[in-house]
Amino acid sequence: MKHLLSAGDLSRDQTLAILDSATQMHDVQRREVKKLPALRGRTVVNLFFEDSTRTRSSFEIAGKWLSADVINVSAKGSSVSKGESLRDTVLTVASMGVDGLVIRHHASGAPAQVAQWVDAAVVNAGDGTHEHPTQALLDAYTMRQRLGDLDGARVAIVGDLTHSRVVRSNLLLLNTLGAKVTLVAPPTLMPSGIAEWSAAEGFATSYDLDEVIGEVDALMMLRVQRERMSGGYFPTPREYTVGYGLTRDRLRRLGPDAVICHPGPMNRGLEISAEAADEARSAILDQVSAGVAIRMSVLYHLLGGSGDE
Amino acid sequence: MTSEMYVVRGAKVLGGKAADLLIEGGVIREVGTIDAPKKARVVDADGLVALPGLVDLHTHLREPGREDAETVATGSAAAAAGGFTAVLAMANTNPVTDTAEAADHILDLGRRAGLVDVQPVGAVTKSLAGQELAELGLMARSRAQVRVFSDDGRCVHDARLMRRALEYVKAFDGVISQHSQDPRLADGQACCHEGEISGRLGLPGWPAVAEDVIVARDVMLARHTGSRVHVAHVSTAGSVEVIRWAKAQGIAVTAEVTPHHLMLTTDLVEGYDPTFKVNPPLRPDEHVEELRKALADGTIDAVATDHAPHARHDKEHAFAEAAFGMLGLEQALQVVNTVMVQPGLMSWEQAAQAMSVNPARIARLEGHGRPLAAGEPANLALVDPAASVTIDAADSQSLSRNNPWHGRTLTGAVHATFLRGRPTYLDGEVQQ
Amino acid sequence: MVPTHGPQPPAEASQSQTPPPGRSVLSGDDISRALRRIAHEILERNKGADDLVILGIPARGVELAQRLGAALEQVEGRPVPVGTIDVTMYRDDLRRHPVRAAQPTTVPGDGIDDKVVVLVDDVLYSGRTVRAALDALGDLGRPRAVRLAVLVDRGHRELPIRADHVGKNLPTASSERVYVRLAEHDGTDEVRIGGPKEEQR
Repeated sequence: MKHLLSAGDLSRDQTLAILDSATQMHDVQRREVKKLPALRGRTVVNLFFEDSTRTRSSFEIAGKWLSADVINVSAKGSSVSKGESLRDTVLTVASMGVDGLVIRHHASGAPAQVAQWVDAAVVNAGDGTHEHPTQALLDAYTMRQRLGDLDGARVAIVGDLTHSRVVRSNLLLLNTLGAKVTLVAPPTLMPSGIAEWSAAEGFATSYDLDEVIGEVDALMMLRVQRERMSGGYFPTPREYTVGYGLTRDRLRRLGPDAVICHPGPMNRGLEISAEAADEARSAILDQVSAGVAIRMSVLYHLLGGSGDE
Repeated sequence: MTSEMYVVRGAKVLGGKAADLLIEGGVIREVGTIDAPKKARVVDADGLVALPGLVDLHTHLREPGREDAETVATGSAAAAAGGFTAVLAMANTNPVTDTAEAADHILDLGRRAGLVDVQPVGAVTKSLAGQELAELGLMARSRAQVRVFSDDGRCVHDARLMRRALEYVKAFDGVISQHSQDPRLADGQACCHEGEISGRLGLPGWPAVAEDVIVARDVMLARHTGSRVHVAHVSTAGSVEVIRWAKAQGIAVTAEVTPHHLMLTTDLVEGYDPTFKVNPPLRPDEHVEELRKALADGTIDAVATDHAPHARHDKEHAFAEAAFGMLGLEQALQVVNTVMVQPGLMSWEQAAQAMSVNPARIARLEGHGRPLAAGEPANLALVDPAASVTIDAADSQSLSRNNPWHGRTLTGAVHATFLRGRPTYLDGEVQQ
Repeated sequence: MVPTHGPQPPAEASQSQTPPPGRSVLSGDDISRALRRIAHEILERNKGADDLVILGIPARGVELAQRLGAALEQVEGRPVPVGTIDVTMYRDDLRRHPVRAAQPTTVPGDGIDDKVVVLVDDVLYSGRTVRAALDALGDLGRPRAVRLAVLVDRGHRELPIRADHVGKNLPTASSERVYVRLAEHDGTDEVRIGGPKEEQR
């Protein structure tokens, strides 16, 4: 594994190795000395073309706890408007002797393009509305903590699927781990070509959350941006909540051992009620806590060895 | 110069019987069996197909404004190497070709280059802004005698403005070439055919229906106004259906398809390579199949390249931010040969219709798209129909390298191009 | 990419499930006797079991530590804390090999501060694993003393490290390989020496 561009790049064995190592990394997080020497002498650059304080700091801490030198480079704003091509920007950074390049970009596919231009290992830290593989890894990690092996686990992902990079990575990764996924959204927020896609990958779709909610082991609620209203994707937040929110009423119909996840940031009261976010079945804080361990594990697996399989 | 004499020996005229052509004084003097006069230069065309010089309804030459990507001279060279004798230069330069002066300037640049007839396309609206009509009549009355008007790159989406433009150009037999893209259904971000692949890749979708609805609207406007409308770069099966219906109604609609939409499909964008980013986007197989059928049965009148050179640094962005467009002039005939003529979907005679006769007629270009017969202007291309050519982007007359066929093997090669009796491309060299 | 020439990976453990080549040098009984003796030595040296923490180094050091713990308990009549310490992240040859997954580190209840830690491994060879373990220990706490118990010392040290308790000193050529097989991993207890280049991992 040279890069982590898509959750689909990972085999089942590779996924499990990353998740297992993350367990050990998670232990380190609870120690007084939160430092491992594994990446000593290696340089990781967080190259962020889009702000994301949470993801950036999570990668930064992860790199530092593995003793890598971590540098943050903000390349916010369109490089088109600056007159510099993406390739130029990236090569400028990479030419400084970088071993790992963690890339966040507002445009889908940018990390995959970058991986063709540089020698460094590229980690996709979220690209446009495409993928966010480390988020999917930490979601799987969190669900495994609560549910054990995910083979056969029933997972529903609910919300703005069209614009979510989380859903694409989760679909691929959960598929690899053998989970049974159902995507739930109003038709306007389903990704295009979903019928062909779901048939090819063997996941289910539904427009009706109530039909699904009693049958799941894990429920992943995705953030719905209020701006989507202006795109006419749904009429009002109130209507969205009634149709697709994890309300108090729906919470009662969710299984007693089911897990509630949310990749954050939450719109309390829109896609998730305050009760749901804070109750015992909610693993939302666990997800945040797993973020650093997963990113440590990913950086270690990409940069810790000789690069041979 | 035109006093030079050539004898083209043994070319299959329009793919038919082999004949010799005597060229002198810019015209074809004789077709048949010819004893070459001593002073004539003989071009051995044994096994080659002679076609009327190709005409491209849709070329972006980038001059003025982006001479780093292409100039009229380099674009003309690419055209000559591709078998073209005339190209229509789209108006989206900087400044925009929206005045008579701008149109004449393009015409003069073309004449100076001297490799193909460069005929300017005029903008429909001032600065391509889609707000008010450009000086269509003055462009029509200019030395360039503009007949084709287009805001290409943008759709004239205001129905009232489109109606007025269609009506107005009737006075001088003009035609509106429409870039059919409903900007609300496919906005500026839209960059990948909307479907499973755009869904998986998370790329903003460009749905086929965004083209279909504009084509449907425009043919109804053409019926209402009794004007000519031309559909640029048809890319969808839905558009084909509408155009087929409209033609059956007797509506004055014509249409073009690009070489890339005849051959390349959506799945090529899966690696996010911006070389394959084009507007309208590459479509799935089922659309490509319909486009080929429509070209073969005449529903689509012409092949036009939409040759769109871009500097490297305008393509080396994230896919969604990279420039739209791909090269086409040098490979157009090869692509048509590979996907239409060789598989038997089209004869060479039909190919000549689609790549020369029809586009010349649509653009009202005199002297092009004429029969290869005695007394006609000597505009012709000689094509080796069986050559197998592996395309190398570096090997191009264009200043740009955004060649989507790089690394592919195509069948056919242009051997020579003559513009009014003078070879513009011969022996693998552009004849400056 | 880092080239993989240079010293071979320390031949301190073999994942092999099939009977390895070479000759047997320690039988199951020999191993049991050695561990019992080491248990006595540790207690003698420590003047009892107070403050002892036994930490095994994966993979086979973990089982040896557990057996050693059991032997200590048998002698002292009370349990002695046993844990594991993973040294993967502390190895100095990480980038000479494909990535190895991290193994669990489990430190028993009271931690290691001011304790007497006995590190347990199967084979002592270059000393690099023990060096890594000492670094790992430093990040976990500050023991009063650290001792080293190994089943086999085969020589060829590359660092100034020696074992306090040795099951058997085994003179070897550096081209030879030592296979420690334990029932938990390999179905049987045995130590063998194989010839050069036989069964490379």
